Amino acid sequence: MSNVQHHHQTDLAPGDEEHTSVAQRVLGYFVGLGLAILFTIISFSIAGTNLVWQPSIPVAIIVLAIAQMGIHLVFFLHITTGPDNTNNVMALGFGLLIVVLVVGGSLWIMANLNRNMMPMDQLMQMQR
Amino acid sequence: MASAVAYDGARNAGVSVPVAHGGPAPKRIVTGFGFWIFLLSDIVMFSCFFAAYAVLVGETGDGPSGKQLFNLGSVAVETGCLLLSSFTCGIASIAAEERSYFWFQLAMAVTCVFGLAFLWIEFREFADLIARGNGPTRSAFLSGFFALVGCHGGHVSAGILWLLTMMAQVFAKGFRADIRRRLLCFALFWHALDIIWVAVFSVVYLLGSAA
Repeated sequence: MSNVQHHHQTDLAPGDEEHTSVAQRVLGYFVGLGLAILFTIISFSIAGTNLVWQPSIPVAIIVLAIAQMGIHLVFFLHITTGPDNTNNVMALGFGLLIVVLVVGGSLWIMANLNRNMMPMDQLMQMQR
Repeated sequence: MASAVAYDGARNAGVSVPVAHGGPAPKRIVTGFGFWIFLLSDIVMFSCFFAAYAVLVGETGDGPSGKQLFNLGSVAVETGCLLLSSFTCGIASIAAEERSYFWFQLAMAVTCVFGLAFLWIEFREFADLIARGNGPTRSAFLSGFFALVGCHGGHVSAGILWLLTMMAQVFAKGFRADIRRRLLCFALFWHALDIIWVAVFSVVYLLGSAA
């Protein structure tokens, strides 16, 4: 019984939101859906276009993807910056740190190895 | 009684009390937070697959590149299916909070149908690639592709099994507190899968077709 009620002094479980009317909560999901569809359409149309400077396209796709993930986090998972959400945001921040280290570190190290390693055909020549 | 008065007195006097709000957090928050930690560890695992794919994306050997293989039309339909299923999953969460049995089962059934449509399109894509000789053994790029996208597809398959058991549990036991905690975890899982799919379609399909 007391599980359902959200008092301001307690935390929120991830996925739970402040207790508001049903219409407001449904509206929140509609806003999230609309924004996500908008970003998806922009991403897909920008991938095949010739209208913009070509090297900017990968950057734009990454930025749009990060923005859309933020929309999903706020409107679907209800991870917000409110004081009752601190623990959830801290855990998310730590997870993101690991993700950045893993992806960024792998790409950096492997690109560095690629650049400094002799091309494979030359390497084979030397071994003959 | 006396200790409660002393506790209040200590707080009023501005003495720091170690337990913030009197006792442990409600079970729903403990369960939800624990599952959130699991989801973040799952995202970290996915980041390893993403890193492997990003490192290997250029290593096509004598096989085709992503630009020659990907059909963005079917990827757009997949994206729409998963996004709409995430939306109806949210509607099911609201219905569960409001104890609306009909709307809950309807929204979960629609979520299931969209999830199955997503899986069907993905299965067709995989089967088509393998039939043309472009299976995971063709090149390092295709190994990374099948591992990453297949891992996400496996998660969606597990999510659909979980979804069906949640429908059955609500049918058999109603909106009990423990069932609603499981529903909270399921909704988090399903929304997180959609977030990972955003990264998949952007990094794998859109960047693969643009580059």
